[in-house]
Amino acid sequence: MSREPLTVDRNPSAVDRDPSSVNRNPSAVDRRPSSATDHGPRTTDHGFRTTGRGPRIGVFVCHCGKNIATTVDVERVVEALASYPGVAYAARHEYMCSDPGQDIVKKAIKEHRLTGVVVSACSPSMHETTFRNAAEDAGLNPYLVEIANIREWCSWVHNDPVTTDKAIRITRAMVEKVKGNHPLVPVEVDHAVKCLVVGGGISGIQAALDIANAGYEVLLVERSPSIGGRMAQLSETFPTLDCSQCILTPKMVEASRHPRIRLLTYSEVSEVTGYLGNYHVKIRKKPTYVDPDKCNLCGDCVAACPIRVPSEFDQGLSERAAIYIPFPQAVPSSYTLDEVNCLGLNPLRCSECSKVCTVGAINYDMREELIEEDVGAIVLATGYDLYGKEMMGEYGHGTVPDVIEGLEFERILSAGGPTKGEVRRPSDGKVPKEVVFIQCSGSRDPELHKSYCSKICCMYTAKHALLYRHNVHDGTAYVFYIDIRAGGKEYEEFVVRAMEDERILYLRGKVAKVFRDGDKVMVWGVDTLTGKRIEVAADLVVLAQAMVPSAGTEELARKLHIACGGEGFLKEAHPKLRPLEALTAGIFLAGAAHGPKDIPEAVAQGSGAAAKAIAILAAPTLTHSPEMAEVDEDLCSGCAVCVPQCPYSAITPGDVAHVNELLCEGCGTCVAACPSGAMRMKNQTDAQVKRMIQVALDVEPVEVGRA
Amino acid sequence: MPEAPFEPRIVAFLCRWCAGAGADLAGTSRIAYPSNAIPIRVNCSGRVEPEWVMEAFRSGADGVLIGGCHPGDCHYVSGNYKTRRRIYLLKKLLGELGIAPERVRLEWVSATEGAKFARVMKEFVVQLKELGPLSVGRDPLSVNRGPSSEHRESVVAERQRETRVGT
Repeated sequence: MSREPLTVDRNPSAVDRDPSSVNRNPSAVDRRPSSATDHGPRTTDHGFRTTGRGPRIGVFVCHCGKNIATTVDVERVVEALASYPGVAYAARHEYMCSDPGQDIVKKAIKEHRLTGVVVSACSPSMHETTFRNAAEDAGLNPYLVEIANIREWCSWVHNDPVTTDKAIRITRAMVEKVKGNHPLVPVEVDHAVKCLVVGGGISGIQAALDIANAGYEVLLVERSPSIGGRMAQLSETFPTLDCSQCILTPKMVEASRHPRIRLLTYSEVSEVTGYLGNYHVKIRKKPTYVDPDKCNLCGDCVAACPIRVPSEFDQGLSERAAIYIPFPQAVPSSYTLDEVNCLGLNPLRCSECSKVCTVGAINYDMREELIEEDVGAIVLATGYDLYGKEMMGEYGHGTVPDVIEGLEFERILSAGGPTKGEVRRPSDGKVPKEVVFIQCSGSRDPELHKSYCSKICCMYTAKHALLYRHNVHDGTAYVFYIDIRAGGKEYEEFVVRAMEDERILYLRGKVAKVFRDGDKVMVWGVDTLTGKRIEVAADLVVLAQAMVPSAGTEELARKLHIACGGEGFLKEAHPKLRPLEALTAGIFLAGAAHGPKDIPEAVAQGSGAAAKAIAILAAPTLTHSPEMAEVDEDLCSGCAVCVPQCPYSAITPGDVAHVNELLCEGCGTCVAACPSGAMRMKNQTDAQVKRMIQVALDVEPVEVGRA
Repeated sequence: MPEAPFEPRIVAFLCRWCAGAGADLAGTSRIAYPSNAIPIRVNCSGRVEPEWVMEAFRSGADGVLIGGCHPGDCHYVSGNYKTRRRIYLLKKLLGELGIAPERVRLEWVSATEGAKFARVMKEFVVQLKELGPLSVGRDPLSVNRGPSSEHRESVVAERQRETRVGT
């Protein structure tokens, strides 16, 4: 094995300025280390070893147990790479990510003085960090390590004779990339030590409290006039039958009084720019037209207001005035004048509320505020809505009186609700004697509605039926279900209690039709266990509607450049291992915005997201990937074509363009636009990619023109 | 010996956040698709230079796929819009050169659309098989040789599709 000193030409300009330096001339073969003089590849303990001048790349191919090895001939990949120009060492291992696997990489870096590493394995999103860290341990700059994805992009999706060939091509292309890579050092960035929490439901409140208690400032933004979210609307919670508001309000009060939480209710996030550690957010705070410091909650304005509209908090079962407080325990404890329904915020048209307000709290001149803040991390806890019952054609499109949805029934059961906790049906206020509960209404129905299981409906329907029986002792409750999914601590016991102790009739089957007949609601269904058709003349029907992401979730996701899944719920970075993170660093997910969840899960996720956010806020500095754009000042003509391309305004025009390395995110759009080739992407230059393309398509073993 | 059936060679430039992640998901979900394409990961579809497409054709590719985030979803805010403009112009130029513009395919695939990624790959391979191997100036539908009505229709349809998605 030859032991020449390292003579890799690492002059980037020679590669990039002149495309012809990427030698496609056959004479380049002469510059290739001749395998004849080196006696060809030789086997070592772990694989093959070749020698040569110039780049000395190590290639490490993973079997991933059978995940790669079933369809890719790993041994052939190693052989094909061992003889590939510039490769100094090639090896394989059953699990390259294991400690022994990483040790092979580390040992080879030292023993073979590798100048670069290609790990041919799973997606870089899995183990790029693992191998870059391992290389760093062995003294190799981590940015000289690249992952060739031969699992997700190859072995798992193909099973034909050319699968191995594709794996070889992917790996060779990556070897070409690494040949042109340069050692880089991450950029250190200062960051804001404040966190934005979007959504003031239980999950957002929990996240805000945890972050604030850890000593960091929090902005808690809530769209409606009060925090509390869906949990504030619930009557009791399963399986303990705790009063929902009673356990929630202490947290609401704590959040509102916390010295480090700034509550921004009736506010919406309008714009988010920036990056991990340095997000710049703009929040629109809508005018409430009531000064919360002056308002003494006397309620005279409500009595004076001539307007009545359906109450959102009571799901439309009661009315509220145009000036209102959503519920008595609302936080902040103040009235809100809803400008959409008010007669005109104009003393000439109506000023009844202002006239009766003895403390002068009403101010028609209040204007929208635009609040701008810098935050280090963002927690999204925007919650859920119910899938509209108007979508349920089979259950009367929401037009049949006394066919209500779960949240409406929660309000009916609530002591503070429209019926003061007495179970009375909305149409005529009669106490319903026969109530039918329909589970999976809109859920688990891929043909017509949502294909997923909404997870909480089995439990809350059992709770509803049980609370109904507690309220109406001589009433009969029927529950139509597909399956009972009661996975959770003491959940199964709770459902069994509803079935056995409370004598609620559980019927396994779907309801085909619901329609009005006189003052009854007819329910036609089938009991699939007995095979009999069931007809119930019910007084009230409660639909356990599917959970959907709250309105505006998708719009918010767009503002933040994060993804929503097919059903519109916010998408996590990894379904198993990074369930709290969005793909964009520094943005975390909590609660039902991420998928159907019950309260304990939403709280746990809120705390988890908080812990993730605290890790960012507590870091002394953050690092920023150095794989970004740079300007070759000799080539730049100062034409400034690149400037408008940059979405981050990271480029300053001048005699030559200048890239702000704190702002550059490394998208490379400016590089593609530069007419003179002066803008370069570090470790992904034009020359590198062109070599990758050539190698990916080469029919014969590749001739190398070493740059 | 009978000649082996034509298998188009494809280079696929996939953005790291959407199309690449979608391709990852296709893998994780084991949704099979033809192995004709060699993927190259880029940070953003906006990084894809028209020269790369030409380089691919020069190096023997029969088709080039560019996968980015859906309009409005770009991880880097607007890179995909820039790609769309560049690729649109490039396609016009390709037609002039006698390379069927259909050989370049720009697709929006989100991180959750593993099935779509696989479908796009399947469709593209079928389409390229119909077009046959690339031979500059001799593509059946090239503008140089007088565009057929089919070609005009397909271009119009594609343009409409892109406009719909974009606005």
